Amino acid sequence: MGVDQPRVAVLGAGHVGRVIARLAAEAGYEVDVATTQQPEDIALTVEVMAPGARVRLLDQAVAEADLVILAIPLHRFATLDPALLEGKVVIDMMNYWPEVNGTLSQFERADAGSSELVAARLDQARVVKTLNHLGYHQLDEEAAPAGAPGRRALGIAGDDPAAVELVRGFVDRIGFDPVLIGGLAAGRRLQPDGPVFGIPMGRVDFERAMGLVPA
Amino acid sequence: MSEPSFPLTFGLDTFGDLTSENGVPSTHAQTIRDIVEQGVVAEQVGLDFFGIGEHHTNDWPMPAADVALAAIAARTSRIHVGSAVTVLSSDDPVRVFQRFSTLNAISNGRAEVVLGRGSSIESFPLFGYDLADYEELFEEKTALFAEIVKGGPVTWRGRMRPPLNGQDIVPHLDAPLPVSIGVGGSPHSVLRAARHGFNLMLAIIGGQPARFAPFSQLFIQALAKLDKPRLPIGVHSPGHVAETDERAKEEFWPVYRDIIAKIGPSRGFPPPTPEFFEREVGPRGALYVGSPETVAMKIATNLPVLSANRFDLKHGMPGMSQAVLLRSIELFGTEVVPRAKELLENAPVLPG
Repeated sequence: MGVDQPRVAVLGAGHVGRVIARLAAEAGYEVDVATTQQPEDIALTVEVMAPGARVRLLDQAVAEADLVILAIPLHRFATLDPALLEGKVVIDMMNYWPEVNGTLSQFERADAGSSELVAARLDQARVVKTLNHLGYHQLDEEAAPAGAPGRRALGIAGDDPAAVELVRGFVDRIGFDPVLIGGLAAGRRLQPDGPVFGIPMGRVDFERAMGLVPA
Repeated sequence: MSEPSFPLTFGLDTFGDLTSENGVPSTHAQTIRDIVEQGVVAEQVGLDFFGIGEHHTNDWPMPAADVALAAIAARTSRIHVGSAVTVLSSDDPVRVFQRFSTLNAISNGRAEVVLGRGSSIESFPLFGYDLADYEELFEEKTALFAEIVKGGPVTWRGRMRPPLNGQDIVPHLDAPLPVSIGVGGSPHSVLRAARHGFNLMLAIIGGQPARFAPFSQLFIQALAKLDKPRLPIGVHSPGHVAETDERAKEEFWPVYRDIIAKIGPSRGFPPPTPEFFEREVGPRGALYVGSPETVAMKIATNLPVLSANRFDLKHGMPGMSQAVLLRSIELFGTEVVPRAKELLENAPVLPG
């Protein structure tokens, strides 16, 4: 498999997981979907809503994956065993959004973004932040082929260049314009109180809103 | 799989949107009286259902929707009355059943319940619930509600509520109490509805309606796997009707823009632009705003795609005048619904 055709594990089969699994399967990736539930509990959801993706046990899906996508609510993150993700490239698409999902004391930090705190816990994984700043409904209907006019941009933040490169290719292939915005700390600008959260934008507008080019 | 046909039904939903008169916002109390009036007019113009969604804010002062529904029930004889939605997660399933079985008694079997979270998360801090427990609260309380609705003494044990030991929960129903689960994006909720044999109500408040077709398919296939009969599927979407498309948009856009801009930061909606609004109002959007013909066409286009037999227009927005709302209700009942039925009855039947 390797970099040309990474194998994808989507953790979560709810609002967000089923959308990412569908986009990845439609883009031609081998996709496994796993949750903490038994595979048979999510089999029908995946069959109907993400045709082509497979349902696996969590540890199997992760073990064989080159790219693991955390599509679970942030308050469930604490139940995930960090050892499972050792050495993996991990996309953190979770958000800390207290108004909507409640307060989590460990994420009430002014000095670190949520993905930096996720990365600190997953200290043997290579964490990249992206896919978090558009809603699942926007991801669901805004994917477009490369070169399409107005194609939506997704910011990518990560500290590991090879991991960022893998994720950049993934974002592009599932239908969004990848924009590298810097290290994981720069990912704070993709968070709920940031300038691009929840607003679908093309690359030019996105880069302007993020201050990556002069306004 | 052959598609059973359920009767086409058309309803009106409100969240208790604050009304206005001559540009002046009404009081909460006047708003509630206005909404009771809207329910009465909804019956007069021939609609099948009037729903009120529980909310707890200054713009939507409607925490006790069932009380308002009881007032409407007392002044009507045919229209069904129900929630849209009841926020079961922050309520007690026993009390919800008691209130709606009482409503069913008052209305002579016209009560319905739609369970869900809706967009009303204000009830969580208000009643001391943690939003992080949302999924577990909803799962457990829905299961208990399903037990209670079956009738007979209930014995039950869970984490979110004290146990029940063979207790009889009154008043007993002498007519069915239809229960739906409102779904905005969670496949788990679709499966939950199928498992409990509840109807499915798709809350489509933005984006392409067809995006929800897989939810209907999931519901239909889950029911089949459980050897349960096919159950009705409904659609709830916002909108407004006036004589012309232009007038409808002029009346709706300013209040829509203002309320989305106001609540957006806490719900992840960006402030709407005119372009965004035009897209939502157009054929690929979720807003049913326009002339009777435009709205009827949109309903008739989307219901078959979603395997749905029911459409509930969420009418009004905080700040709209009661006079404008009543005219929209009249046009919806007397022009949109007959035209949508005509279009749907001549439409090809899509496979379920």
